[in-house]
Amino acid sequence: MYPSLLHETPHPDEQIVLGKRFRLPDSRRIDTYLASEGYQGFLKAAQMTPEQIIDEVKASNLRGRGGAGFPTGLKWSFVPRQSPKPKYIVVNGDESEPGTCKDRVLIQYDPHQLIEGILIAGRSVDAHRGWIYIRGEYRYLIDIMDEAIAEAYARGWLGKNIQGTGFDFELSTHTGAGAYECGEESALLESLEGKRGVPRIRPPFPAVSGAFQCPTILNNVETFAAVPSILRMGGQAWAALGIPKAGGTKLTCLTGHVNRMGVYELALGYPVRKMIEDIGGGIRGGKKLKAMIPGGSSCPILTGEEAWELNMDYDSMAKAKTMLGSGGVVLMDEDTDMVKAALRIIRFYQHESCGWCIPCREGTMWLKKLLTRLDEGVGTVKDIDLVGDLADNMLGRTFCPLGDAAAMPTMSIVRKFRHEFEAKLGRKTVSMAGLSQLVSITG
Amino acid sequence: MTFSPELEKRFAEMAAKYPEGRQKACLIPMLMYAQDEVGHMTEELKEEVAKRLNISVLEVNEVVGYYTMMRKKRMGKTHLQICTNISCLLWDGDQLWERACQKLGIGHNEVTADGKISLEEVECIGACSWAPAIQVNYDFQHHVTPEQLDKLIDDLRNA
Amino acid sequence: MADPVTFTVNGKSLQAPAGTLVIDACKRAGIEIPAFCYYEGLALQAACRMCLVEVEKAPKLLASCTLPVAEGMVVQTESPVVVQARKAMLEFLLTNHPLDCPVCDKGGECELQDMSFRYGAGESRFTEMKQHVDEKQWSPVVYFDAPRCILCYRCVRICDEGLGVKALGVTNRGVYSEITPNKGDHLDCDECGACIDICPVGALTSGIYRYQTRPWEMEHIGAICSHCGDGCKTTLGVKNDEILRGNNRDRSGINGEFLCIKGRYAFDFVSHAERLQSPMIRVDGKLEEVSWSKALAFVAQRFGEIKAAGGRFGVIGGERSTNEENYYLQKFARVGLGTPHIDHRRSGDVPALLDALHGRQGALATVDDLYNAKGVLIIGADLAQQHPLLAFQTRADSRHHQAKVFTVTEGPVREDKVAAKKLRAGPAGQLAVVKTLGEDLKAAGELVVLFGDSIQGAAVGELVSFIDSLGVPAKYICLVDYSNSRGTCDMGLLPHLGPGYQAAAQTGMGQAEMLADPALDALWVVGANPLAGAALASQQAFVVVQDMFLTETAQRADVVLPSASAYEKTGTVTNTCGQVQRLRKAISVMGVKADLDIFGLLARGMRLDLGRAVPDQVFEEIRASVHGYNVPLPVIATGGAAMTDPVHGRIPVAGQAQVIQSARDTLFTSGSLTRYSKTLNLVLEAPGELYKP
Ligand SMILES: Cc1cc2nc3c(=O)[nH]c(=O)nc-3n(C[C@H](O)[C@H](O)[C@H](O)COP(=O)(O)O)c2cc1C
Ligand code: SF4
Ligand code: SF4
Ligand code: SF4
Ligand code: FES
Ligand code: FES
Repeated sequence: MYPSLLHETPHPDEQIVLGKRFRLPDSRRIDTYLASEGYQGFLKAAQMTPEQIIDEVKASNLRGRGGAGFPTGLKWSFVPRQSPKPKYIVVNGDESEPGTCKDRVLIQYDPHQLIEGILIAGRSVDAHRGWIYIRGEYRYLIDIMDEAIAEAYARGWLGKNIQGTGFDFELSTHTGAGAYECGEESALLESLEGKRGVPRIRPPFPAVSGAFQCPTILNNVETFAAVPSILRMGGQAWAALGIPKAGGTKLTCLTGHVNRMGVYELALGYPVRKMIEDIGGGIRGGKKLKAMIPGGSSCPILTGEEAWELNMDYDSMAKAKTMLGSGGVVLMDEDTDMVKAALRIIRFYQHESCGWCIPCREGTMWLKKLLTRLDEGVGTVKDIDLVGDLADNMLGRTFCPLGDAAAMPTMSIVRKFRHEFEAKLGRKTVSMAGLSQLVSITG
Repeated sequence: MTFSPELEKRFAEMAAKYPEGRQKACLIPMLMYAQDEVGHMTEELKEEVAKRLNISVLEVNEVVGYYTMMRKKRMGKTHLQICTNISCLLWDGDQLWERACQKLGIGHNEVTADGKISLEEVECIGACSWAPAIQVNYDFQHHVTPEQLDKLIDDLRNA
Repeated sequence: MADPVTFTVNGKSLQAPAGTLVIDACKRAGIEIPAFCYYEGLALQAACRMCLVEVEKAPKLLASCTLPVAEGMVVQTESPVVVQARKAMLEFLLTNHPLDCPVCDKGGECELQDMSFRYGAGESRFTEMKQHVDEKQWSPVVYFDAPRCILCYRCVRICDEGLGVKALGVTNRGVYSEITPNKGDHLDCDECGACIDICPVGALTSGIYRYQTRPWEMEHIGAICSHCGDGCKTTLGVKNDEILRGNNRDRSGINGEFLCIKGRYAFDFVSHAERLQSPMIRVDGKLEEVSWSKALAFVAQRFGEIKAAGGRFGVIGGERSTNEENYYLQKFARVGLGTPHIDHRRSGDVPALLDALHGRQGALATVDDLYNAKGVLIIGADLAQQHPLLAFQTRADSRHHQAKVFTVTEGPVREDKVAAKKLRAGPAGQLAVVKTLGEDLKAAGELVVLFGDSIQGAAVGELVSFIDSLGVPAKYICLVDYSNSRGTCDMGLLPHLGPGYQAAAQTGMGQAEMLADPALDALWVVGANPLAGAALASQQAFVVVQDMFLTETAQRADVVLPSASAYEKTGTVTNTCGQVQRLRKAISVMGVKADLDIFGLLARGMRLDLGRAVPDQVFEEIRASVHGYNVPLPVIATGGAAMTDPVHGRIPVAGQAQVIQSARDTLFTSGSLTRYSKTLNLVLEAPGELYKP
């Protein structure tokens, strides 16, 4: 009834942990979940002290899967557990970073795994209420999640005194309404409170003052989904799946010019070359890889040559001055028009800029106008320089990282593929009237 | 203003999901689920929601103006959303978009004269690994070919 | 106070209390950091990014408007990268700005213009098309020009946090974000214009002032608002003897940030078409214009005759006249005419309060005390409507100092929003309700008590002894209606009390008794309209009225003398708290005379020796003889407010038949003056809910 998101069989190189139930019949159902070690991690956690749970998560080396890669156990330890205020759990299911489509798989195929992760997080900070914020476009996933939550209530895995452990937890979904910025954690919290998705001044961070100004654990869907296996397997065993300093597996979305697109579960540190050739079946049409975005469109772009030698992990990407990001890998073959790509990316950030701060609000629009002209062949060399300059002027100066997310791909594309911008110069002439029309259509 | 019994039930349950006194949190879900019934953010709907949550219409307008999915005007019976963002672009999503515009004779956020179909060029909808992707109301369609798009539009027109 | 921390800015070692924001700490040390969205006293935004500074060890520039100073912090505010970042920010900002400075009302006082001049790059690299959006009229006084808006959100915050109205918000997203009014296409609000005043650019402009002139072509004169009793300073922009605008750009008054619609716009009565500009004498039942000399000679002659015949004079003074005028008038009445029948329309029981507080020092609260009080008790007044400045202070106190506010009123009031407790009772029951708040008031630890006309006579003493019994320090404000209602009391325009609340030699009739006395021979009314709702019983009374307009009272007059408004003369007024401030003459109007000048001329005509009728000289006499008015002159001369200290010994208050009743004006009314203000009428007639409070 829902479109399938999986290849029939996993790739043999995949390291299946989070996805272990994905291909089971009725994988969404609580019975399937319970029959396959479901909720065992929570039962274990229920016997542990909060410190022990957090230590286990720390030991797993789990880093946030939403894009920033912050160590999860450390984040949880920031929650002031003695605070008299209630504590909350908020799940970031806004998944809007272009190239990213993994949380969708996690919810569509195994919603109970997410619920269990939330329960464990709740136990670790004495939280008894949570919300799963899911982007509005994912309405069917909200329905799936609602059904799973109802099942969990009906079977005593949510609500009062869960399975006799004495632990209470209330959980519900909360729909977004179309705004990439609401994936940014503080803007998400504003949105949850019924406001415009404008980020908050930080500090205080959500761990101290989050949802409804109470201490809050806020993580990505995949981050929470990883937690049950960590509790079940033990943090160290989970860490050993990956590489030192970055534990476990990562759902990776192969997109763009690759033969076998799809969402794959790969151990952290998996080589890019193998990912493209073995998992992805090579670049479409036997072409050469011109460029790769490693983790969602906000990451600085890599040339094909640069990418080829790297591994899919935080440090390897950092060394190449880019980021592992959200796991959305975008592959571009030798025929890709990089000016068009840059324009499409900036159009996205311009559309999604919340408008709160000057450099992002005005900068993204200006860049869009410049790139539109450059793409149309009515730009000048000065315009190319200006693109780089403006991106520099935005970087690190905006109120939230969306401005950086717009600046980083733009400056990296224009610097690494400058010849393509130059090649387009003066190729076409457009009247001012035509130009303004063009700009207003893209507006 | 009255809604369907199912929606009223949803609203009634919703209030209990947020801390006491923070019921403004219901605003976005209420508007979104109500939009499914009402079609778009009518003045009446905004006023009704403001009244139920005991907030000002200004607070509702602030929010409605912000979110892309909150429709400022009436859309078609079927709302066709075509992704042209980077991963779909690489699979010619932009051409699907232009094809749809041409075939329907309408552009971004416009509705056909018969009110059956509206079009929207959307940002990434989280279907990048199944590009090019479109959404027909809330339903996803993956790996969409030009032929499939044509057939879909024809079917909708004749429906 | 938090412990001081030591940090370095531009190589200079500085100290500031922990928690101080870098931008404030720098400002205090004379180091200016440019800012658009930061505004002292309003919520932090960190939106404009103009205030970025370099901080040692920080990986990127930081917004100094949200950065608290820390021990050992090393900050650079003028390093090359900071300077470059500011230039870039201004360049971004100007991409969508129309740069129509030559026709913009804000030209010459625009923060964007100033900043571009000081910090900008000089030339823009932006060559794309700009978005155009048409200007909109949101209300009779507020216009909005979206492209000029730089989205600093000051207007949104001042309306919400400052005024408690929340009529402005932001809609749309990204570059399309736009300030939006609460009614979709129009505003339904206090119409105070605070948003216009606080707007750093010309995005919000005033319907009254727009396109009239350029700021540098006006003379700016600090006047005191002539409407309610709060005493706001309003800086009048004057050109060719015409007042073009009122505002408070220099924020030097007791009102700081604040002005309500009346202070900002309702100066327009001065040029109303019905303004009297010639004296009139009744001839054959009709008022006819005559020369000043003829009119004055006639009044002097008639007054002389009536006095000689032992006739009965009644004198009613005005609540907007200056202290000097009122003092001189009562002297004229008591000494010159030898009548004890003198009064004014009373709106609050000041004498009873001063009596109840006898022997204390500092028991009266200033506007500033209200802002700093830990607890505020409001009895029987709708502050937001009747005392807008005091309401503003109460909200600010709650916002900045988490003050505990208690409202005891007949109906709901705006202050309820910030109130710890709100209790409802009719005027007669309010004191009893206050007494149920004992524990809460005690817990507040310190109080400013404001009360209106529901507490009068013996109830005032009862209130004070109740508050005394709580054992917490308390100060009081007795609420009175107009710009000098308080001063009129202090100057002894009362039938039983002379200046400084000394018992009058002889107790006369009050206002109501005078009007009802069929044997009255003369009635002299200065700047008041007692016949608006009452009849004059005496048929034979010779009635002299000094006023700006042909009010109901003036219509009954035998002689009408056109008088100057508060903006056309000098002198002092005392606000409801007891703070004296000086009026400055902003304009001259043909044909009118200040009341004090009229008194002087009449005294001369009657050969009375009452001293020179010159404001400074009369004020000297007031300082010397009226208890509590010996205030430091320099404070007043330089435009400051000086607190009087009228609390003294016991005041004979008992046994007086008295009418004390507030006019219960709203934000958009000001007694009889209302009908002569075009702005107030525009607003009163505009559609809306808040418009008609
Ligand atoms: C503009 C922007 C968009 C973001 N979008 C998402 C998102 O869609 N999903 C997500 O999980 N995190 C997103 N993030 C990251 C979150 O702010 C936050 O770091 C994350 O949810 C924390 O969870 P994690 O530690 O589990 O990754 C976004 C950040 C920014 C700046
Ligand atoms: S960088 Fe500024 S304008 Fe952009 S999304 Fe963040 S806060 Fe909004
Ligand atoms: S209208 Fe003026 S005060 Fe309001 S946000 Fe715009 S620039 Fe700032
Ligand atoms: S509050 Fe009173 S004194 Fe101040 S501007 Fe308004 S009417 Fe004038
Ligand atoms: S780019 Fe089209 S769905 Fe992500
Ligand atoms: S003043 Fe600091 S960001 Fe605006």
